[in-house]
Amino acid sequence: MAQMSVVEALNQAIMEEMQRDERVFCLGEDISDADGGYGGAFAVTRGLHDKFGYDRVLNTPISEILIAGMAVGAAMTGMRPIADLQYGDFLFCCMDQMVNQAAKMCYMSGGRVSVPMVMRAPVGATTRGAQHAQSLEGYFTHVPGLKVICPATAYDAKGLLKTAIRDDNPVLVFEHKLLYGGKRKEREALSMVGEVPDGDYTIPFGEAVVRREGQDITIVANLMMMYRAMEAAVELEKEGIRCEVIDPRTLVPFDYATVVESLRKTGRLMIVHEDNYRNGWGAQVSAYIAEHEIYLLDAPIKRVAAYDVPVPFAPVMEKYVVPSTERIIESARSLMNE
Amino acid sequence: MMANGKIKNKRTAEHSHSDGNNSSGNRAGLAKPEKSQLLTTLPEKRKALGMYEAMVLIRKYEERIYFLFLEGRVSGSIHQSHGQEACAVGMLYDLRPSDYMASTHRPASHDLAKGVSVESMMCEMYAKSNGCCHGKGGAMHTGDISVGAIPANAIVGSNIPIAVGIALSCKYRKTDNVVVCFFGDGASNEGAFHEGINGAALWNLPVIFVCENNLYGASTPVKATMKIDTIAERAASYGIPGERVDGNDILAVNAAASRAIERARRGEGPTLLELMTYRIAGHSRSDACAYRPDEEEAAWFARDPIKLYRNRLLDSGVASETELSAIDAAIDERVDKAVELAEASPDPLPEDALKNVYWEGGVL
Repeated sequence: MAQMSVVEALNQAIMEEMQRDERVFCLGEDISDADGGYGGAFAVTRGLHDKFGYDRVLNTPISEILIAGMAVGAAMTGMRPIADLQYGDFLFCCMDQMVNQAAKMCYMSGGRVSVPMVMRAPVGATTRGAQHAQSLEGYFTHVPGLKVICPATAYDAKGLLKTAIRDDNPVLVFEHKLLYGGKRKEREALSMVGEVPDGDYTIPFGEAVVRREGQDITIVANLMMMYRAMEAAVELEKEGIRCEVIDPRTLVPFDYATVVESLRKTGRLMIVHEDNYRNGWGAQVSAYIAEHEIYLLDAPIKRVAAYDVPVPFAPVMEKYVVPSTERIIESARSLMNE
Repeated sequence: MMANGKIKNKRTAEHSHSDGNNSSGNRAGLAKPEKSQLLTTLPEKRKALGMYEAMVLIRKYEERIYFLFLEGRVSGSIHQSHGQEACAVGMLYDLRPSDYMASTHRPASHDLAKGVSVESMMCEMYAKSNGCCHGKGGAMHTGDISVGAIPANAIVGSNIPIAVGIALSCKYRKTDNVVVCFFGDGASNEGAFHEGINGAALWNLPVIFVCENNLYGASTPVKATMKIDTIAERAASYGIPGERVDGNDILAVNAAASRAIERARRGEGPTLLELMTYRIAGHSRSDACAYRPDEEEAAWFARDPIKLYRNRLLDSGVASETELSAIDAAIDERVDKAVELAEASPDPLPEDALKNVYWEGGVL
């Protein structure tokens, strides 16, 4: 066991997979640290160049369509690319490649072509304004043919990224900028390190984790919001409200069973995400539970999400828009009174 | 290259960067589609007839599809490629099965020329379970990865960066395979064109970018969409060779293809070829081509690529009328049989729609 940050865990996963499988390579903007380069906008790919050289750590022009399209083409013909887009918001520059190409190629070919690619995309509000801030999960969980994962701990980051690289389908990896825990500290960042086993391990997609057990409310929360939910749970415990916090870890596929199991105990469901309220991924979870398991519920489902506005710059406004620990606590109290 | 409104087929093995000297002709391309100068020499007989056969297969396939469509036997829309046979066959005839080809919403000529079977194409048009995409692709997505024809792409220009990724893969896997990427004049105004070609040029990737300039993006003439005269000259901005070629002269296309393919195989990087050609049919099923002047159509139809090549074969004595007619008849029979097979083939099960969203393994 070693203690490491999410950045270190992601880096280790990529390093080990590139060693294990010569078909794996990285491409993206500023991903190489050769010649004074960054080694990735968030330093995830630092050190890879020394081991694997220019070809397997390919710095690209600022061309998102090229990055995504090349990943699709290389993946279709025997490679396993890991693409890096610096900021998730830039995914919109290559939506066609992600949605019309990567996601549909296997289907349109009648199952004769596979696209084993990984697209890494940092999300989360970090006082950079509206175009470097969004949590985009909802857009992509909508797309048949994509898998969508969101590791929040170092252990999950390494294990899930390895699974993503070995998966035969396009996998979108949402990483939260405030959870990286690298040397480059963000304001408001959690200085997180976590235990990571030595050597190789993978984590299957579609297996949620119960981060904290409780009897009264089931809180499903991902990425940064999982930590805020945990913080809220500690406070709520003092008031006698015992929260069970579930981290779904992967959104497509989604582990409904763990949520349902928890609801048998609590009868109350809260979903917390930094994605927008309207049609955020929580809307689907909420609808699924209402459709299939409504008799488990003792109260209406509560969704706590970013308000339906672009992410503002001013820190006071940004904090207001993104769900805070306080907002989660307030919502939990009102849910208990339902 | 265009000069004084006429086509000169390049005879040298050299590449020239398109330098804008092509502007003397009609901006739409061939000012007057005069009889091609046909300076290129015919290949040996087997290849000469093989290319003829491949062109006739495309023509007869597309003609049959048109009638099947009118009869309501095939669904959806059709974007037909007849009239552009010389582009497809000239570019692809010398490729290996292990080379790749990336096509567009008008893929039949490319797919057939790359070796996708006419039977599996026809079955796909009939939306049958034994179609080349098992009924999940349709007219705009035909292909067969086992012969290097990746599923055709109906988003204009989007196959370009994908082709660049395939070329990268060919290089990384240490093969000397190449990728031929087709697109139309319209695609050259897409961002994907710029990003893709720039990347391929940057890394000297083995890909040949082939613009089939049929003078119209759907109903809009090329000259209404760009201020420059040729698409080939765009190559200069990526630092790669660009060449405009008579796309209705299969020998000219094949000669340009050889130069570009050899360059790519040698690891010297991509080439942009602009093949001047013309659709026989409209853009899609209901297009009567009201935007095309009658005299333009007449001039181009007089330069039908199959007619030109057929005459060339006969004039040069490489083949007799009897030989060529025998090829025509054999193709007719093959297309008939493909239709019979498609008619008799089973529909997919409705619930097959739920399969293949994710990779299920194996090779079909």
